[in-house]
Amino acid sequence: MSKTHVTTTINGEPVEFLCDTSQTVLDVLRDQLGLTGSKEGCGSGDCGACSIIVDGRLVCGCLMLGAEAEGCRIETIEGMAAGDHLHPLQKRFVEMAALQCGICTPGFLVASKALLDRNPNPTETEVRYWLAGNLCRCTGYDKIIRAVMDVAAELRETAR
Amino acid sequence: MKEARYTAPETLDEAVALLASANGSGRVLAGGTDLLVQMRAGTAKPGLIVDVKKIPEMTTITEKDGSYRIGAAVSGAVIGEHEGLRKAWPGIVEAVNLIGSTQVQGRASAGGNLCNASPAADSVPAMVAAGAMVTIQGPKGRREIPAEKVNAGPGRTTLAPGEIVVSFTLPVRPRNSGDAYLRLIPRTEMDIAVVGCGVSLTMDGDRCTAARVSLGAVAPTVLLVEDAGKALVGSTLDDGALEAAAAACRAACKPIDDKRGTIVYRTKIAGVLLKRAAAIAAERARSH
Repeated sequence: MSKTHVTTTINGEPVEFLCDTSQTVLDVLRDQLGLTGSKEGCGSGDCGACSIIVDGRLVCGCLMLGAEAEGCRIETIEGMAAGDHLHPLQKRFVEMAALQCGICTPGFLVASKALLDRNPNPTETEVRYWLAGNLCRCTGYDKIIRAVMDVAAELRETAR
Repeated sequence: MKEARYTAPETLDEAVALLASANGSGRVLAGGTDLLVQMRAGTAKPGLIVDVKKIPEMTTITEKDGSYRIGAAVSGAVIGEHEGLRKAWPGIVEAVNLIGSTQVQGRASAGGNLCNASPAADSVPAMVAAGAMVTIQGPKGRREIPAEKVNAGPGRTTLAPGEIVVSFTLPVRPRNSGDAYLRLIPRTEMDIAVVGCGVSLTMDGDRCTAARVSLGAVAPTVLLVEDAGKALVGSTLDDGALEAAAAACRAACKPIDDKRGTIVYRTKIAGVLLKRAAAIAAERARSH
């Protein structure tokens, strides 16, 4: 069976790839493009470890076919830091120990960035609901929520 | 496993022709939040995948003379951000937005939720209560049926081979109308309804002049409970009328016992949710 040719933009760079129909965007990112920051946890859209942003929308990379990425603008965890300069969320996650084993962390970071891009002043309840699709089995939720709230305040201060 | 073929037609006619040519092995792909999970689990093995997200009629929300038409593949996130829908049909918006996480909302659609045909689908009771008409296109042309006529049982629809759910058309909203959807889950987010209840009603002062009530997760398909609507119409939504409507809801229940809830529990909760959803819908009707 012939493969689908896909032209897309990933973290601002034009990218082309060939994929089988059954391959998800996550499969393509990890196995073909070497972008292994997005993790596969459940593979069924429950854990959020594969969170990416597609055309401005937060989605699970495991719930989207590679073929569907045609013409899309994709942002992954690899595009979050500017070179060696960590994004404020990344920096604060490290400083506040908002991670333990780290498998869920890229997904939490991408999801949190999607939230703050949209809502710079979220309440704690809004943060918790927004991140309800990201699971952390080390149960570091409180530290994660606090880090996101802190960064939101910090970014609002900088924006003034 | 044989690889499926992926297609993304730009017109409905093309999509229908592709599905018809697949001899029953074709599957429509909207948000993919059910289909991809089924493919991975091996419960769906499509030979052809027809991605409908390039078909404008299926991916847009339009309004004409007060009637909204929601494309079947519009994502929950887009529906949730639509000011007009939030104002006219808050119950539909809250029901659609209850499906899954933020990530799932970025993809999942009301059309997919309907065609997946889960008795516990959150958006379906809200669409049924609203009186949504579903536009379907297939090899024999176009037809429109009420939302409650699309599901035939768990995982089964009344769609003929090659037919595609295109859109939902909501009726013109009279003044002082409101809708609401409530579900019971044992946690606060990210779960499947034990019972769901949709109510849509119109008030004239203190009196209810029109009402539709629906229930989810208490029967093989989402139910339109006509007797519950009738019990509310003409009343001031007083305790007697609410109890009569709740009794009609309990009488309509044909639930199963499973890990989410027992028959007795689901039946009791159906009446409780009716009363609460009716109160929210009435409050919205008064302020609309």
